[in-house]
Amino acid sequence: MRSLAGVMLAAVVWIGIEGCGASAGEGVTLRFWAMGREGEVVQELVRDFERENPGVRVRVQQIPWSAAHEKFLTAYVGDATPDIAQMGNTWMAEFAALRALEPLGPLLAGSSMAESSYFKGIWDTNVIDGVPLGVPWYVDTRLIFYRRDLFARAGYDSMPDTWDEWRKALLAVKRRAGSAGYALFLPPNEYEPLLVMGLGTGSTFLSENGTRGAFSEPRFRRAFDFYASLYHDSLSPPLRNNEIANIYQEFARGYFAAYITGPWNLGEFASRLPDSLQDSWATAPMPGPDGPATGASLAGGASLVVFRGSRHKAEAWRLVEFLSRPEQQLRFYHLTGDLPARREAWLDTALTRDPRIRAFGEQLTRTVSMPKVPEWELIANRLRDSAERVVRGGEPADSVLAELDRDVSRLLGKRRWLLARGGPGK
Amino acid sequence: MRAMSAPAARGQTLAGWVFVAPALSLILLFFFVPVIAGLVLSLTDFDIYAIASPDTARFVGLGNFAAVLTDPVFWIALRNTMFFVLVGGPLTVAVSMAAALLVNSKLARAPAFFRSLYFIPVVTTLVAMAVVWRYLYHPRYGLLNHVLGFVGIGPVDWLGDPRLAMPAIVILSIWKKFGYNMLILLAGLRTIPEELYEAATLDGAGWWASFRNVTLPNLAPTFLFVCVMTMIEQFQLFAEPYVMTQGGPLKSTTSIVLLMYEEGFRWWRMGHAAAIAFVLFVIMLAATMVQLRLQKERAT
Repeated sequence: MRSLAGVMLAAVVWIGIEGCGASAGEGVTLRFWAMGREGEVVQELVRDFERENPGVRVRVQQIPWSAAHEKFLTAYVGDATPDIAQMGNTWMAEFAALRALEPLGPLLAGSSMAESSYFKGIWDTNVIDGVPLGVPWYVDTRLIFYRRDLFARAGYDSMPDTWDEWRKALLAVKRRAGSAGYALFLPPNEYEPLLVMGLGTGSTFLSENGTRGAFSEPRFRRAFDFYASLYHDSLSPPLRNNEIANIYQEFARGYFAAYITGPWNLGEFASRLPDSLQDSWATAPMPGPDGPATGASLAGGASLVVFRGSRHKAEAWRLVEFLSRPEQQLRFYHLTGDLPARREAWLDTALTRDPRIRAFGEQLTRTVSMPKVPEWELIANRLRDSAERVVRGGEPADSVLAELDRDVSRLLGKRRWLLARGGPGK
Repeated sequence: MRAMSAPAARGQTLAGWVFVAPALSLILLFFFVPVIAGLVLSLTDFDIYAIASPDTARFVGLGNFAAVLTDPVFWIALRNTMFFVLVGGPLTVAVSMAAALLVNSKLARAPAFFRSLYFIPVVTTLVAMAVVWRYLYHPRYGLLNHVLGFVGIGPVDWLGDPRLAMPAIVILSIWKKFGYNMLILLAGLRTIPEELYEAATLDGAGWWASFRNVTLPNLAPTFLFVCVMTMIEQFQLFAEPYVMTQGGPLKSTTSIVLLMYEEGFRWWRMGHAAAIAFVLFVIMLAATMVQLRLQKERAT
């Protein structure tokens, strides 16, 4: 009995030593967290990086988008952050407030990636308080996908570029559809189209250095009124995007003729719409309230970030540089359909020959960042609730927006207190 | 039995504590400590900034509780939850009771088969069922509206109409849960001796009379258990609105636990979320005391 226990103890100790000894002296292993389809695809790309950098291994861990935010936060709290990660650029402000990300200024200075290589609005989302914290990996924005044939039937060969003309076009399409269809699908549970319109009128959404709500002020009010009028004139069905059975089916049937959405739908429309309709849909940049130059949109996408807690920052940066090369960006585009962040990659024929993608290229030159406060997602959700109350609940916009401003100012109370004290974390 | 001497009695007490100690320490560690920590958290404004720098968490006393009680969304969530408890609860118990009586009835064929059939919804995954029920409830293509169309009722916007979304969730919840209580009530029904029913019939009692005077009184402890547990579970409504409607439309299906989840884990306002948790605890405690008092009075 005693000898059996002795043997087992020795075995456990031996396995333990073997386990510890295996990783010592074998070079660097980078931990890379990536989400969704990008996480699947990037594993192919890193093989080439490993070949170019012997002694560096990259372990990609795939995380579903729905769990990613929590996982990053828990990793931060548990001091178990990865070396490099894909991070949605709307999360940058939050992780900047946590001081979890490594400032990339000095690393960028010594690299080939210049600010001018990226779309201005997109680059801006990665700079918090003047410090660059991420390098854009792929980009995302919102513009109009529409049924060319239905708009042509209503008398419009191309999408107008001012709000007044756009409204007339939508009314014409709705008239032709009658009671069987709508012109534009604007689900009240998506806040992006409303934000896009707000950007068009030049709204800042928040005031006083992001510490008070500014949703009652005239610029945003103009956008909000335009947005509400689209429902009021029955141009959009008041269905949320999870209440419509299948967006692609309804688009194909002509239940609605236009939808404000992002680049992932380029691939989805191409694969899910019937072949007979493949020539009948197109994309167009957002019309602006006062002409095409004011047709701004969201600066979305994801960046590559290096965590402060990483012990291999130099190697992690080399991987960031590798993935930012125009040829790697193009390769990534071909594998995922995600639009490249490097403007050099946009010169490739794969992106210039398709007018639908060219529209995205044009829209990306007119993107603006959302307010860079950690509370922004909560505020956007409150905005969405307020919009739903006006559009679906019939409440007057004046009182709802005033209430929203009060609510937002209250939510930003902590930020105000911290800024007065001298900045978060001080 | 000879009385124990003082040292022996002390030794016995000590032995008792030693035996209870492991279980007690687990309960202390995994129940009381987190609850006390939660209470302390509810007295601070712990949020995302505090996760980074704990020194930015301020003690706000009852500030969070005041904020919770003055938040209109909290009262909407409370109203939705009370609707679910007061309408969904009794309905669930009634359907379970009916199912138990049917399966237990002497006229029933293949009771084991039906027992399993009614229990199947309980063991299915809620997320998968929610997907199916979303299609059933669809205003244009759903089966439910299709069937209602046969009797001339126009398309009903089940999940999109703020007045109907919660009833729709109640229906789903009843379908999903009734099998569980049915089994418990069935077990209770089986313990009632046949002779009591025979005696009742001899006295000329009809079905309803024998149900009221024989079944219910003998089923009382089981019935009380089912009622209290169902009520507690109804208060904790979370999964169905989270999966089906995400709290909408117009917050008509937001329950207190869903609100707490969003405040705590989406927006990281943990102090506020902890305050919501304690408010819910007080409400549930009060409701349970009321129910126990009512049952006691009915029994006497």
